[in-house]
Amino acid sequence: MSEIPLHIRDLNVAYGKKLVLWDANLTVASGRATAIVGPNGAGKSTLLKAALGLIPAASGEVRFFGQPLGRVRRRVAYVPQRESVDWDFPVNARDVVTMGLYRRIGWIRPVRAKHRRLAEEALADVGLGDFANRQISQLSGGQQQRVFLARALVQRADLYLMDEPFASVDAATEAAILETLDKLRAEGRSIVCVHHDLETVAGAFDEAVLLNMRVVAQGPCADVLSPENLRKTYGARLSLLSDAMHDLTRPHGPGPTGR
Amino acid sequence: MNDFLRVLLLQDHNTRVVMAGACLFGAASGLVGTFLLMRKRSLLGDTIGHSTLPGVAMAFLIAWAAGGEGRSFVLLALGAAASGFAGIAALWAVRRFSRVKEDAALAVVLGVFFGSGIALFSAIQDLPGANAAGLERLIYGNPASLTSGDSMLVAGVCLMIAMLGFVFFKEMKLVCFDEAFAAAGGWPVRIMDLALLAAVVLITVTGLQTVGALLSVALLVTPPAAARFWSDRLEIMSLAAALIGGLGAGLGVLWSAMAPGLPAGALVVLATSALFAASLLGGTRCGLFFQIQNRTGAARRLDREHVLRALFECGRDGTLAVDEKTLKSHRSWHTSSLRRALHRLIGENRIATDPANQGLRLTATGLAEARRIVRNHRLWELYLIEHAAVAPGRVDRDADLIEHAIDPAIVQQLEDTLDKIGNPGVVPANPEARV
Repeated sequence: MSEIPLHIRDLNVAYGKKLVLWDANLTVASGRATAIVGPNGAGKSTLLKAALGLIPAASGEVRFFGQPLGRVRRRVAYVPQRESVDWDFPVNARDVVTMGLYRRIGWIRPVRAKHRRLAEEALADVGLGDFANRQISQLSGGQQQRVFLARALVQRADLYLMDEPFASVDAATEAAILETLDKLRAEGRSIVCVHHDLETVAGAFDEAVLLNMRVVAQGPCADVLSPENLRKTYGARLSLLSDAMHDLTRPHGPGPTGR
Repeated sequence: MNDFLRVLLLQDHNTRVVMAGACLFGAASGLVGTFLLMRKRSLLGDTIGHSTLPGVAMAFLIAWAAGGEGRSFVLLALGAAASGFAGIAALWAVRRFSRVKEDAALAVVLGVFFGSGIALFSAIQDLPGANAAGLERLIYGNPASLTSGDSMLVAGVCLMIAMLGFVFFKEMKLVCFDEAFAAAGGWPVRIMDLALLAAVVLITVTGLQTVGALLSVALLVTPPAAARFWSDRLEIMSLAAALIGGLGAGLGVLWSAMAPGLPAGALVVLATSALFAASLLGGTRCGLFFQIQNRTGAARRLDREHVLRALFECGRDGTLAVDEKTLKSHRSWHTSSLRRALHRLIGENRIATDPANQGLRLTATGLAEARRIVRNHRLWELYLIEHAAVAPGRVDRDADLIEHAIDPAIVQQLEDTLDKIGNPGVVPANPEARV
């Protein structure tokens, strides 16, 4: 229970000379859905990728369930950005979801009927039960996103790291993802999502992390999404956001009284 | 003519050896190339091919200095492999220590290695007592020079690589499709990439005698590119690539046996390219022929359904004859496509010209089909309005009956709705009207 799914301490990441993450500190609450929010180029995806070791960190410490990632990989599932792969690749939806099981299947051993069945169940869980044999380029963008989600679900992990799962998806996909988040939380699993849409943060997530090259604030949505914090995160772009902020903060206590 | 038959029937031991070596090489090349293509690293094959040249020359020089003949394929192949790996190392170094992008790095390394290879080759030509004539065959390829020993070596390496490709197929598929996901799952992406490159070097080296260093990339990339036109599954595609590669190499060797004056390596590549062209045209997946056929087929089917439906609707549920003018104003047709559709339908005895008033009317079979089409269309339209937001993937208007695509319970419900709207027994004039 007290096990912290993801703990990041003083993480620094640089692309060449340019520092994109600066002493990022982050503690993900167990059994809750956390959104990482911030402006474009704030380093949201970079934070996830560096935590997973996909890009090298200049310094800092990352612990999954109190251990380095290499020892708990089975408990961590990753959903990359949809645009990161070529959807014209010659595989069908079931093949992609089965890839989430490769780790469990192990080197060299073949994919068996029971694995395919698990993949089909995961596809059904995200509302794509009839699409198992569909070539992935024949799926809509939202359906592709759900295939990625199913590939993570089939891993039965304890922590899900998702990079922009809500980016440009249709209403049905959004509903499917939200439902999945609820189900995962109900099972005591933890979720971290890079999220771009400030307006929907409070509705979909329990916790929020405001990020702009460094972590500006983190905690329950109601506390974190204050005008003050958003101003610090989004800076000059705030004027565009003031209305959204107003809507966001009103139901959660402090409210923008000074506006 | 006799020679031709002898070659074709593989009557000479030598021809058989050459054929076997070339076909195996082509197949293994197609398999490795599939991964290379899917990893989006096709041009790497070109750079590796060219970077084997200085190694070949160096190996020849070393053998010459040691007093040997310098023409043993094994020795030259070892030199080529070492030089190919050096090319990969150079690529890695350029990428790692500079901001040069991948394509530029490939071009730079290719230039350096190919340039130095050419320089060394001309130096060898001028060496006293060195017989450099045999080296040419490794640049441009000459399968006829394969000896039994060479063929065994080629076969051994190719079988080994094909086996590895088969054993690690699942892992390679994962890395090719989604590198980040594979890395996050703890798969050693770097090592697997390196293994793939090593396989490419080995294949290139074994293919030196068949296609030569300069064209080796063609046999790596052309077969899988052609195979992509035949399948949407990587498993089938890689087998098809192996088949196309083997077939292309074999045909090329036959061709060159019949045309001894032409460079054999080029003929192997041309034969493979011909198979690519055939796939591009006739491939079952996105081949041009099928694309055109699908498109015209779909357009014709649509025209046919529209004509039947129009006759049904304009002719009071198909009971009256309709003249062409009414039909034409019913929908925005091209006159020519309407005429063609009418002509075909008359030919199929679905419609007939009415002798009384020069109009067109549905025959009994035509009426039955029209009724079915109209019902299907209207039900689909209703379905789109009522349910498609939930399950758009099920919409398949080409299904003969709507029941084939969606749940009969939903069809029943849709029928009930239609009955309620009026025009009992048939369908509403305009399903949108009720929304």
